Amino acid sequence: MRQTLISMAAVALFAVAGNASAADQPPLKIGFITDMSGLYADIDGQGGLEAIKMAVADFGGTVLGRKIEIVSADHQNKADIAASKTREWIDQNGVNVIIGGTNSGTALATAKVAAEKKRIYINNGAGTSALTNEQCSPYTIHYTYDTIAMANGSAKGLLDKGYKNWFFLTADYAFGYALEKDASNVVLANGGKVLGDVKHPLNASDFSSYLLQAQSSKAQVLGLANAGGDTINSVKAANEFGITKTMKLAGLLVFISDVHAIGIKNAQGLLATTAWYWDQNDQTRKFAGRFMEKMKRMPGMVQAGDYSSTMTYLNAVKAAGTDDSDKVMEQLRKTKINDMFTKNGYIRKDGTMVHDMYLYEVKSPAEVKSPWDYYKLVSSLSGEKAFAIPPDSKCALLNK
Amino acid sequence: MEIFGLSTSALLSQLLLGLVNGSFYAVLSLGLAIIFGLLNVINFSHGAMFMLGAIVTWMAGQYFEINYWVMLLLAPFIVGLLGIVIERLFLRRLYQLDHLYGLLLTFGLTLFIEGVLRSIYGASGLAYSTPELLSGATDLGFMVLPNYRAWAVFSSLTVCFVTWYVIEKTSIGSYLRAGTENPKLVQAFGVNFPLMTTLTYGFGVALAAFSGVLAAPIIQISPLMGSNLIITVFAVVVIGGMGSIMGSILTGLGLGLVEGLTKVFYPQASSTVVFAIMVIVLLFRPAGLFGREK
Repeated sequence: MRQTLISMAAVALFAVAGNASAADQPPLKIGFITDMSGLYADIDGQGGLEAIKMAVADFGGTVLGRKIEIVSADHQNKADIAASKTREWIDQNGVNVIIGGTNSGTALATAKVAAEKKRIYINNGAGTSALTNEQCSPYTIHYTYDTIAMANGSAKGLLDKGYKNWFFLTADYAFGYALEKDASNVVLANGGKVLGDVKHPLNASDFSSYLLQAQSSKAQVLGLANAGGDTINSVKAANEFGITKTMKLAGLLVFISDVHAIGIKNAQGLLATTAWYWDQNDQTRKFAGRFMEKMKRMPGMVQAGDYSSTMTYLNAVKAAGTDDSDKVMEQLRKTKINDMFTKNGYIRKDGTMVHDMYLYEVKSPAEVKSPWDYYKLVSSLSGEKAFAIPPDSKCALLNK
Repeated sequence: MEIFGLSTSALLSQLLLGLVNGSFYAVLSLGLAIIFGLLNVINFSHGAMFMLGAIVTWMAGQYFEINYWVMLLLAPFIVGLLGIVIERLFLRRLYQLDHLYGLLLTFGLTLFIEGVLRSIYGASGLAYSTPELLSGATDLGFMVLPNYRAWAVFSSLTVCFVTWYVIEKTSIGSYLRAGTENPKLVQAFGVNFPLMTTLTYGFGVALAAFSGVLAAPIIQISPLMGSNLIITVFAVVVIGGMGSIMGSILTGLGLGLVEGLTKVFYPQASSTVVFAIMVIVLLFRPAGLFGREK
C-alpha cells in the first residue's frame, strides 16, 4: 500500500534532544493528505510534506512538552480514499489536525469528516470556494488560495489595464465551470465583456481547434479556466498558432511548476495570480533556498502555504495551551499571521485565510537572470478585495 | 460562403487540424493493427511506447545534445529494441493463452513504465522545443498553419503508406499476411515464424515511438501522455476492423476529421464522439468497417 504512515526521523531527533517530559505524553499528530503521485503531485506532494517537516523542525519539534509527529498519505485524487483515511487517522491514530492538499473533491470529503469529528482541517491546495461557502464548517480553514481570489487577481488586474473583452477556454467539469463563473462575474462587474467561451474535455491533448475559435472571437484576453496539463498544453499551442500575438493569455490557476514545465520561451507574457512567489523578499528567498536544497526545485505557493499554516497552527496550540479543537480555533481566529508567507493575514469567520494576492507576468527569456527566475510583478490586490465574500454566500458562520 | 453557420475558411481550418490529429491516430492504430494481426496480442502498452518515444527524444536532447532529426530515427529504434526484449521475455509465453493475458501483461507494463518515469520526472511534464527548421508558420489564406504540424501530417502519411506498401505488395509482406492466416503452414514452408513475430512486435512499437517523437514538440511530454490518447486509438482500431492495415490508416484519418468538426459544433462531445461512432459501427458491422468476419 502506498499510504504507509511515515514517522519522521527529523522529529525523532529533536525529541531526543528535547526535555524528558516529552516522552511521557502522547505526541501531537499532524496528518498530511494530498496527491503524492498523480497529476498535481508537483504542486504539493512530497514538496508539501517537506515544507511541513521544515515547519515542525523550525518550531522545535515539541509543543506543550509533547513531541510533534507527522503522518502522511496519498489520496490518489479519490474522494473516498481521502475520507476513509481521515476517519482512520482520527479514530485510530489520534491525529490532532489534518492538513490537506490539492484536488477540490478530496478536500470537500476530508472537510466533511473532520467537521463531523470536530478536528481542525487546514487546506492549502484545493481551489474550490465551496469549502468556505455552502460547505463551510467551524473547523475548516482554507489557507492558501481559492477560485474567487484567483479570478479577482487575474481579472481585476487586467481590467485595470484596459483589457475589457474576454474569451474563456474552460475545462469541462465542475472546477472549470466554477473558475469561469467567478472570473466572468468579476469581468462583468468591472465593465468588461465576455465575448464567448469554449469547453474542452479534461486532459485534452490538442487545443488548436479551441484556440482558433477563441481567436476568431476577436477578444483581447483569453482566460484559461483550466489547470495543470490542460493549461500547459493550451499555452504551448497558443504560441505555436500565434494566438499570443493577438491575445493576452491569463491563466486563472497557474502554478510556478507549470511555468517551469512549459518552459520560459513558450510561457513568456502569461499572466498568473499567486499568493506567494519565492523571489518576493529576503524572507521568501531564505525559505526558498532551504527548500531548494532539499527538493532540488523551487517551492510554489501551496508548499509555502503548507509551511506557514503548520507554523500558524502550532503557534496557536502553544498560545491556547491545549490541542482542543474549539480552543485552538478560537486562538487562530484572533491571530494576525505575519511570516514569510503573508503580512497581516487573518482567518475570517467562514474559514478563509484572508491575505494579499499578486498578479505576475512571466518574464521573457532575456529578462531571466537565474533558474526559476520567472515572474515580474504586475499588481497586488488586498486580501479584502481578493477574497471578497460572495454576495450570495451560503455560509451560516458569517452571520454569527 | 457559410456552411452550418460557419465560414468556409473556418471549416477548412478545422478540417485541416482534424487531419493533423488523424495522422497521429493513423500511425498509432496502424502499429496496433499490425501487432494484433500477427501476434493476436491486444497491445495495451502502445500508449506507453508512444510516451517512451517522446521521452527518449527529450532525454537524448537534454543529456547528450542529440537533435530532433537524429532522434526521429533513433528513438523508434531504441523503443523497438525494448519491444523485442519484451516480446522475447514475456509475450512469447502467452500466445497459447486467451487474449486477456496479453492485455493484462501489457497493461501491467504500462503502469510500471509510467510509474517509474513519473517518480523521476514528475507529473507536470517536460518541454521540448520545435526544431529550428520547422518553427514558424505558413499563411494558407484561410488559416495560419504552423510548419511543424504540416511536417507531422506529411511524415505520418509517408510512414503509413510505406508500411502499407511493404505489407501488401512485397514478398516479406506476403509471409506476414500468410502468417496471420495460418502460422503453422508458413513455418512448414521454412519461414522462421518466431523471428517474424518478434520483429513485427518491435516494428509495431517502433511506429508508436515514431509517433511519440512527432508529438514531442506539440504536446507536453509527460509520463501520462500516452494513456490519455491510447483509449481513443483503440476505438479507432475497433472501428477500422482489428488487423486491417489500410482500414486502420483510413479510419485514423477519418476519425481525426470527425473529431475536428465536433470540436467546432459541440466541443464537449469531442472526447466521446469516437466512441459513439464505435457503438454504431459495432451494431451494424461487428468486424469493423474494413474487417472481415473470421
